[in-house]
Amino acid sequence: MQRIGVFVCWCGSNIAATVDVARVAQTLAKEPGVVYATDYQYMCSEAGQKLIADAIRDYSLTGVVICSCSPRMHEATFRKTAARAGLNPYLVEIANIREQCSWIHKNKEDATEKAVILGRAAIAKVHLNAPLTAGKSPVTKRALVIGGGIAGIQTALDIADAGFEVDIVEKKPTIGGKMAQIDKTFPTLDCAACILTPKMVDVAQNEKINVFAYSEVEKVQGFVGNFTVTIRHKARYVDETKCTGCGLCTEKCPQKKVPNEFNLGMDNRRAIYIPFAQAVPKLATIDADYCTMLKTGKCGVCSKVCSAGAIDYKQQDRLEERQYGAIVAATGFNPISLDAYGEYAYNQSPDVVTSLEFERLMNAAGPTGGTLLRPSDGKHPHTLVFVQCVGSRCDGDGRGKSYCSKICCMYTAKHAMLCREKYPDTEVYVFYIDVRTPGKGFDEFYRRAVEEYGVHYIKGQVGKVVPQDGVLKVQASDLLENRQLHIDADMVILAAAMEPDKSARPLATMLTASMDTNDFFTEAHPKLRPVESPTAGVFLSGACQGPKDIPETVAQAGAAAAKVIGLLAKDSLTCNPCVAKPDELMCNGCSSCEKVCPYGAITYVNKEFRGPNRTTLLRRVASVNPAVCQGCGACTVACPSGAMDLQGFSNRQIMAEVDAICK
Amino acid sequence: MRDYSEEIRRITGINPRKCMRCGKCSAVCPAYEEMEYHPHQFVAMIERGAVEELMASRAIWNCLSCMACLERCPRSVEPSRLVEAARLMVIRQAGKNHLLPDEIPGLLDEELPQQALVSALRKYGK
Amino acid sequence: MQVNEKFEPTIVAFCCNWCSYAGADLSGTNRLQYPANVKIIRIPCSCRLNPMFILRAFQRGADGVILCGCHPGDCHYTTGNYYARRRMTLMFSLLDYLGIERERTRVEWVSAAEGAKFAATMEEFTETVRALGENRRLEDLRCKQM
Repeated sequence: MQRIGVFVCWCGSNIAATVDVARVAQTLAKEPGVVYATDYQYMCSEAGQKLIADAIRDYSLTGVVICSCSPRMHEATFRKTAARAGLNPYLVEIANIREQCSWIHKNKEDATEKAVILGRAAIAKVHLNAPLTAGKSPVTKRALVIGGGIAGIQTALDIADAGFEVDIVEKKPTIGGKMAQIDKTFPTLDCAACILTPKMVDVAQNEKINVFAYSEVEKVQGFVGNFTVTIRHKARYVDETKCTGCGLCTEKCPQKKVPNEFNLGMDNRRAIYIPFAQAVPKLATIDADYCTMLKTGKCGVCSKVCSAGAIDYKQQDRLEERQYGAIVAATGFNPISLDAYGEYAYNQSPDVVTSLEFERLMNAAGPTGGTLLRPSDGKHPHTLVFVQCVGSRCDGDGRGKSYCSKICCMYTAKHAMLCREKYPDTEVYVFYIDVRTPGKGFDEFYRRAVEEYGVHYIKGQVGKVVPQDGVLKVQASDLLENRQLHIDADMVILAAAMEPDKSARPLATMLTASMDTNDFFTEAHPKLRPVESPTAGVFLSGACQGPKDIPETVAQAGAAAAKVIGLLAKDSLTCNPCVAKPDELMCNGCSSCEKVCPYGAITYVNKEFRGPNRTTLLRRVASVNPAVCQGCGACTVACPSGAMDLQGFSNRQIMAEVDAICK
Repeated sequence: MRDYSEEIRRITGINPRKCMRCGKCSAVCPAYEEMEYHPHQFVAMIERGAVEELMASRAIWNCLSCMACLERCPRSVEPSRLVEAARLMVIRQAGKNHLLPDEIPGLLDEELPQQALVSALRKYGK
Repeated sequence: MQVNEKFEPTIVAFCCNWCSYAGADLSGTNRLQYPANVKIIRIPCSCRLNPMFILRAFQRGADGVILCGCHPGDCHYTTGNYYARRRMTLMFSLLDYLGIERERTRVEWVSAAEGAKFAATMEEFTETVRALGENRRLEDLRCKQM
């Protein structure tokens, strides 16, 4: 027989003014199983908690119902009180008679009656409460950062700073990401390489950080604190331990016609290459798609010139399994493909470039050595047209993205300003829909482009670009002047929308991290948990979560690192005990629950059961990992045999509440 | 008083409020100079309810129905279809549901290309 | 007791812990009134609502049942409310089949910030159910046979 105590709180006059608390206590005292009922001014006060604790001991209570404010407010408080008095904390139930009763009703009679019913429902539920124990799971004190751009670099540095081991997995041969390709950064116009490359060196030199460049995540298993990740180290055909990065092979390789992806295909590199001078790790990599030796078996020049003997044509991909406590996704972004935008003639004329290509054309380490030259004929351009929102804010045309890519307004202003600064003889037009400059010093920066540098900002869009007689015929609208413009431009620069890197989607599947319709990772809470994925132990850094500029990315990277450190600093994790639990005898192994679980918490195990006539049956039954389960209950409803139930919110408990309310 | 704006929305199924005033329609329009109102203005006029003004304009007849604005509109507002609806409403007001081929030349400017005639026939000369 | 007592419906509201329950709390914090007929049951997520609970409520004499969850896309558990939405779509068909008026059951998305919406929804739902009058109780035939 249950021995339940009921404690009705006045909350000063908050409850007592509209609910007759004494009557509630008296009425509930008559409920079956209730052995003690009382009311008190402030249950959450020290004296109130003592009252509860004493009653638990004096009356040997097996369940406690507290009629007070919302459980969102003080459930944890009262659970602790119960635990201190030796009662399992999960044998406490709260009836919310403040937010959901006294505060919303004026009529004392109605409110009192409702409070009694809410109390009854809580009593009915607590009758069925089972003592629960929060489990513990250990934490592997190492983090994995997926992606080696500025987001991944910053996250790794911050985690390593706190003394934890970090691995960076980067699919390209070097870390650095997009920022390494950028020329100058807004709004300060300092050079991106000057601020990025020292960080890359820090990463290389930090003992706590392992860089796995030219590697990819193959498989993720496990759960928060205990991930097992399989990493594929792609074959570089160069022995990483021997290569000194001298670069002699990259000069001697006879295969010279390989589009250089670092310069976005605007110049060529060799089949064996180091992406750029400051690459980390500074190792040569053979591009198997172009290497004559690997394709035909005849060449071997790099092997001959390499004094370190590092070339290894027989190298194979290598798989490695490693343990992690936390995983940070920092997969970054890419500009969208402009193939669908025929009107801008991007595929017809080399003089129509994306903004990222323009970065390379302005960069001293770029294909033109930093002099702005038209890609088609190498001449100095005089008229430049910048088009904003190419593929951003498109809703319904099936070609672009519905969101604003956020950074284009600012980098376009930067490009326009740099053009006018370096080449005052140029005319620069920027076509915009809106100029969005929320950020410290951003609007001032944009205004400077207009006011000091004389960039022509035109509210309108470019409708078509036609390459004709060596110029680009640009037809555009000027909405404020209400006229159509025809400009003969030398170059057109398209601010292509940014989209998440293609590797993000398969990674999200591996991590069971959720994504939005645009393939950006979703955060656990858009305001209060912006760097955590809803999947425990998975964190988000940088543009994989949404379009971001560099300062924001760095800030978010630091925030993600702080969350990771907070997790790794623990020796073990306390799990929420209100998780799903299957009744193995009822489970028929149908996998319905596994399919609806958003966390991958449910697996199937073969278990031995006693069959008839002393036989043993091997049956496939569901098994819930309590460390991964978040207790949403989706599986409990999906289960056709009713085997799955949610502890703390079991079918019987909820039905008991329903019965009590409907009585 | 009929709500023309509502009727255009009903005919086309287009919500002119989706327009974000980017001006791409007016940027692509090949008949821009022939019209007193331009594609981006069509949308704004329908949105603010100035449909009668639009129906009385020459612009709706000078539209080539080339559908370039429809093709390029990033927000699926598709001015050419709105204009088509405006034309249709003028025709319906006259108690018809299509134009006779003979009536079309009188509504057009002489300098306009043949395509306009063709498209008008395609649309209304059933 | 009056003879012509006004019919007071019994309404069960299932609210998800993260959005709607918090929304209900907010309407309390803002002192927004709604009828005392509504009694809230807290569930972790709208997807925890087993449609059976609705049948149970109607069986035990509820006149209306409302399920409140996070807005689609905002679920704390990412996809829970999508499951709830699908299940409830089927549930509505079943309730139609059983002859329970369509208006007696409802799904509403209420975020933690929508205290006013919660109160207004409850007010309106209560009035709708009140106008429908008392619900016929579902009977469990298994019990009857005994």
